[in-house]
Amino acid sequence: MTSIKTPSTERPTPPDRAPAAALHTGTSDLRALVLNNLRQSGIYVALVVIVALFAILTDGVSLSPGNITNIVLQYSYILVLAIGMVILIIGGHIDLSVGSVVALTGAVSAVLVIQQGYPWWVGVLAALVVGVAVGAWHGFWVAYAGIPAFIVTLAGMLLFRGLTLRVLDNISLSPFPAEYQRVAAGFLNGLLGGQGFDAFTLLIGAVAVAGYAVSGFRTRVARIRYQQPVESFPLFVARIAVVGAVIMYFAWQLAHARGLPIVLIVLAVLVLVYGLLTRRTVFGRQVYAIGGNLSAAALSGVKVRTVNFWMFVNMGFLAAVAGVIYSSRSNGAQPAAGNMFELDAIAAAFIGGAAVTGGVGTVVGAMVGGLIMAVMSNGMQLMGVDQSTQSVVKGLVLLVAVAFDVYNKRRAAGTR
Amino acid sequence: MDDTILEMRRITKTFPGVTALEDVTLAVRRGEIHAICGENGAGKSTLMKVLSGVHPTGSYDGEILFDGKPMQFRGIRDSEANGIVIIHQELALVPYLSIAENLFLGNERRGRSGLIDWNRANADAAELLASVGLHENPVTPVIQLGVGKQQLVEIAKALSKKVRLLILDEPTAALNDVDSAHLLGLLRQLKEQGITCIMISHKLNEITEIADSTTVIRDGRAVETLDMRADDVTQQRIIRGMVGRDLDSFYPDRVSSPGEEVLRIEDWTVRHPTQDRLVVEGVGLSVRAGEVVGIAGLMGAGRTELAMSVFGRSYGRDISGRLFVHGREVKARTVAEAIDNGIAYVTEDRKRFGLNLIDDVRRNVSAAALARLARLGWVNGNEEIKVAEASRREMNIKAPSVMAVVGKLSGGNQQKVVLSKWLFTDPDVLILDEPTRGIDVGAKYEIYTIINRLVAEGKAVIIISSELPELLGMCDRIYTLAAGRITGEKPVGEATQESLMELMTKDKELVG
Repeated sequence: MTSIKTPSTERPTPPDRAPAAALHTGTSDLRALVLNNLRQSGIYVALVVIVALFAILTDGVSLSPGNITNIVLQYSYILVLAIGMVILIIGGHIDLSVGSVVALTGAVSAVLVIQQGYPWWVGVLAALVVGVAVGAWHGFWVAYAGIPAFIVTLAGMLLFRGLTLRVLDNISLSPFPAEYQRVAAGFLNGLLGGQGFDAFTLLIGAVAVAGYAVSGFRTRVARIRYQQPVESFPLFVARIAVVGAVIMYFAWQLAHARGLPIVLIVLAVLVLVYGLLTRRTVFGRQVYAIGGNLSAAALSGVKVRTVNFWMFVNMGFLAAVAGVIYSSRSNGAQPAAGNMFELDAIAAAFIGGAAVTGGVGTVVGAMVGGLIMAVMSNGMQLMGVDQSTQSVVKGLVLLVAVAFDVYNKRRAAGTR
Repeated sequence: MDDTILEMRRITKTFPGVTALEDVTLAVRRGEIHAICGENGAGKSTLMKVLSGVHPTGSYDGEILFDGKPMQFRGIRDSEANGIVIIHQELALVPYLSIAENLFLGNERRGRSGLIDWNRANADAAELLASVGLHENPVTPVIQLGVGKQQLVEIAKALSKKVRLLILDEPTAALNDVDSAHLLGLLRQLKEQGITCIMISHKLNEITEIADSTTVIRDGRAVETLDMRADDVTQQRIIRGMVGRDLDSFYPDRVSSPGEEVLRIEDWTVRHPTQDRLVVEGVGLSVRAGEVVGIAGLMGAGRTELAMSVFGRSYGRDISGRLFVHGREVKARTVAEAIDNGIAYVTEDRKRFGLNLIDDVRRNVSAAALARLARLGWVNGNEEIKVAEASRREMNIKAPSVMAVVGKLSGGNQQKVVLSKWLFTDPDVLILDEPTRGIDVGAKYEIYTIINRLVAEGKAVIIISSELPELLGMCDRIYTLAAGRITGEKPVGEATQESLMELMTKDKELVG
């Protein structure tokens, strides 16, 4: 053996020195950072611009405490759906049936709680079971029978709408008992008291900011330890400060309205859990691998069918969560509930940077995409813009967002 | 020379970083069957793409004279307008359209109203089919035909374009013996009708049977043109031309000390996933720890199919035979099971099957053994970066960081990422399919060095390669594969390029 190369002996910074380094390493090249993350930062910028635009157009009404609460309540179920949808889109699939599944799960819950008089939690549990079963149904056909998700879920859209009508016997059911209504319409308020505002909401906001700062710092330390590029320390502090200010402003406004919506807590937990699931678990990473290059994933030992199956089960579960929230908020079940929700969820994922071809997208991105849609709809409603114009504007925004994505990708390919 | 129909003069074609053709001159006489042969990657297909306008005028140097007139083809339409038609190895028929629809695709038979006159189209189609000896109804969808008949439809399509020079790229590679014989008969018949034919082929027995001249291409140069009628040209004579290249001292030295047997397959047989033919037939081979074993075979010999069917049955159906790892029989019915049994397969097409091009180095490296970085399903991202960084250093992957997107790396560095990915699964045996295809000389040497290092660590390595010098330079032992069967096995000391090529082009009958 004459030709073995001696492996290089250079080592990364010793771990004990990394925290100190965290204070003075990093780049201040803001332009490079922005350009590198254009795809991601682009939608944040868009969200800020849209929020500012409507704040001006509505003379600040859109940022009033009452309206912010309203946006959260009104669009939470779309955001919940968008979480499951973006995961499917990353994996190279789609789900057109979620609107029907929202209706079906809400209907099952309503029949049990309103008609049969079961306690509220039985309704919630039953809805979740139905959602998971629907997801397993879709997962079976896509993963094991090999039918494209577009077809399977198109069929599901008709199928589960029909079952909703059957379950409800073609009539609307209402009202839910007060406990059930609290799921979507309830607030945590006055737990710690306060003068004209809710101290508890502010406390939760502060905890969220602290958590963001600590986890940000820990990530930064770890990145430096592994010699990855980081932003300069002042820039890092500035980022924490800006995000913290936004969260606290948001909390302040909520505290001056009705307090912390329970739905917001549910949503925050879901975003956190699914954010970690997609980025940090084997399952999440296999979703990206399948969407990025199906053949390569299969030849790397990824159990493609199993992963596809669970993606759909998960979507069914989240559709049921959305179904519970929606039925709770609308205080009943209607045969036409959830109509076109799938399109809003899909639009949120794509505006949030998911790629049509799969393999790209983030949960947080989909949330921002959903918020862009939400703020736009809400703002236009406040301004009294008619339904037709709203639809035109939303359609154009979706088109431009995906066009931007395609342009970006082509540009990236050109520099290869 | 006045009966020369085609002259390609001093053709040079370069791709970024590679010279595919250098100063190639080719003269084809009117009405002859002119064979072109050479190893995989010698430049045969590129030459034909220049001729047919796939590589348009201006993208190469040199000139093309057709019927004595200089030609400048900007695309395949220009060459077809002059009666030059190419039939590619991968047939270009639309599977769900009928024979007639395929025949006149882009050249539809219109009636006076401007609409397609289907009666006329089907009648014309029937006539064309008769001329190639295919007795099928023109309204039959192409997907219902076998490959051999599809090939005939392609030729009929060429005839419908008033072809004067027909180019066939590996026409019989996917055909069985009966269909091949029929096709060769048809080519003779076309020749009598005055159609000139250029045929790229690996099957030397076919070439000696029907070609009037043979041009041998090697490393992007036309080394010689043999007159098959005047000279008494044998298959050995052609082989000498194809491989006559020096084995330079391009391969790092290695002391060979094979240990215990790591992998053995017995009587391995694989059927094509959609067609009714055997792609691999009764293959047996073995590899020992610290040994490099080569598999030599021409395009279509079943090399990749063999490797992929062993690797968790990723190719083919009705797989039979026995697989042993460390002397113990294993099933390895899925890729995950194959990986668990210590088998790794580095694909010949890294972009399609090896990498997630839109993801970064780090995640590609960990993709096949993510479980090693995870506890209870949670990936340790820091550990992952460390692993990827270690690979980047040891493999000398030239990337700005492990967060760099793999699609933007050069071919050689991409290949190192694929190798890193498989090494991280800690395999006992690595099957490397064309490990140095499409990468530059410097990176090739690095890959060879890495292979030697792995062997020194006691891994078993199987190399599948089209480049005989590479096999002779790297392997301890070489198997030859032809038409899905092992036709020979030689210790590297006894093997020469000529002897291997002879075994690789050996016919089924001769194998017996």
